[in-house]
Amino acid sequence: MDAAAFERVRERLAGIGGETAVSHGVLVLEIEPERVTEVARALKDELGFDLLLDVTAVDWPQREPRFDVVWHFYTTRHFVRVRVKTRVPLADPTVDTLITLYGSARYMERECHDMYGIVFRGNDDLRPILLYEGFEGHPLRKDYPKHREQPLVPYRTGPEAKP
Amino acid sequence: MSLPPLDRLPNPIRPAFTEGSRDGSVIVNIGPSHPATHGTIQIVAEIYGERVLRTDVHCGYLHRGFEKECESHTWHNLIPYVDRLNYCSALINDFAYCEAVEKLMGIEITPRCRYLRTLLAEYSRIADHLTCIAAALMELGAMTAFLYLVTIRDYIYEHLADLTGARVTYSYGRIGGLACDLPDGWLERLGEILHQMDTFTGRVHGLVDRNRIFIDRMRDVGVISTAEAVNWGFTGPILRSTGAPRDLRRDTPYLAYAELDFEVPVGIKGDNYDRYYVRMREIDESAHMIRQLVDMLPPGPLCVDDRRCTFPDKALVYSEIESLINHFKLVMEGPQVPPGEVYSAHEGANGELGFYIVSVGGGVPWKVHCRAPSFVHMGGAHRMLDGYQLADIVPTFGSINMIGGECDR
Repeated sequence: MDAAAFERVRERLAGIGGETAVSHGVLVLEIEPERVTEVARALKDELGFDLLLDVTAVDWPQREPRFDVVWHFYTTRHFVRVRVKTRVPLADPTVDTLITLYGSARYMERECHDMYGIVFRGNDDLRPILLYEGFEGHPLRKDYPKHREQPLVPYRTGPEAKP
Repeated sequence: MSLPPLDRLPNPIRPAFTEGSRDGSVIVNIGPSHPATHGTIQIVAEIYGERVLRTDVHCGYLHRGFEKECESHTWHNLIPYVDRLNYCSALINDFAYCEAVEKLMGIEITPRCRYLRTLLAEYSRIADHLTCIAAALMELGAMTAFLYLVTIRDYIYEHLADLTGARVTYSYGRIGGLACDLPDGWLERLGEILHQMDTFTGRVHGLVDRNRIFIDRMRDVGVISTAEAVNWGFTGPILRSTGAPRDLRRDTPYLAYAELDFEVPVGIKGDNYDRYYVRMREIDESAHMIRQLVDMLPPGPLCVDDRRCTFPDKALVYSEIESLINHFKLVMEGPQVPPGEVYSAHEGANGELGFYIVSVGGGVPWKVHCRAPSFVHMGGAHRMLDGYQLADIVPTFGSINMIGGECDR
């Protein structure tokens, strides 16, 4: 990683707004949930963060708003990583989608929706990806009962079962 | 008899499309159990004749709740779990996970451990690339090349079993070190295997590189551009095959990579042939790195002298009370990791393998998230499948090297 580039990105990141910090070599930016698209566009177009690495969430059941939604970006020019975090409540766990900016957001947002029930506004394809149709609940939420039995996909019977 | 449409049957998935987009096109379902997909993956494809018009790739059939299970085990107990992410190069997962935890604890590993981890990571990368290329070649009918490559892979597995006690899932990493040091004669055998590998990969080059059948199946199939690869989050050999020399070992050096001399091989246009060739060249580079590391390997302790994570010597556990308590605490309560969060990435055999770990203090993680390259690659796989022949799905899929263990977690 280029230290000068890191400092440059850090200064310009402070201009975007929100709280910035450095954690174990990663720039961290905490923003309001409404500003996700705006910040991501600035990261991509102005700062060159062309790779969306990861989308996930963290559940803090005792806290309000309950969820952190976390994105990791990387720039293939300056080799700097940035983590963008925002907080959303259980009542309305909605943030804007990034699929218009990054193709990779599609699958990762589906996974995050599967696991935490975060809704990505504007992503029309939030079908289950690691789970299956009919799975109830969001397993990575802290209040998900781990030993719960899930409904099974029924066997195919009748004429349509035959090839 | 006409079948009801796919979405009307009881189905674990809901296909993105159930009707053809043009007259005469057919929707077929490939997988999840299909001999040619070598991975539990389901592809719903619309085909017109033999041409694939669009595909909808589904994964998750190997989902086993890795991340949920991590939240109720101590930090050390997760090492066997992370082994099973990319089971073709389990040691890379081990080291990436251990490094993330070490960053949170503020531990700096010993020089011997640092070089040995680098050596073993490269050795694992060779095994992974050999597996990928061998399987991809076999699916195209190149049985001899397959046998040459898996022979070497098996030598590597047996050799790693001498070191770790297991062939595939080693559980060899430890937070702050490694499970045990090299047995006698291990490095000599390593030299022999690398020498044999050069012979065998040379034969594979001779068999397939300029083979008309191979070129026809691989050249200009599954093409992806650099811009598109970056947009879909591709990393590792797939991104490099498009001509972008992006490699974490070079760009953000970790372990001992900053001290090594190696090249980052790149392809020309990002097709299947380039992905094959980039992996073959990476095997050579890894062997080159291993040879340097054997000479650089310093003597000294393997594990850090830190009672928060390193287990005391077994003889002391049985003879003095402090070590007994220390051992008991480490097993029952786990290493005490200070609160914080960390994202740490290694260059896995398939691309960026990242661990995002959140700790609230104590012996059990609050969250462990794995950024698995295979999962992200599956998200963009349709870009390499659409528009080509149905039969091209097999080599393209082979060259992506999807590993179900890390894709579905």
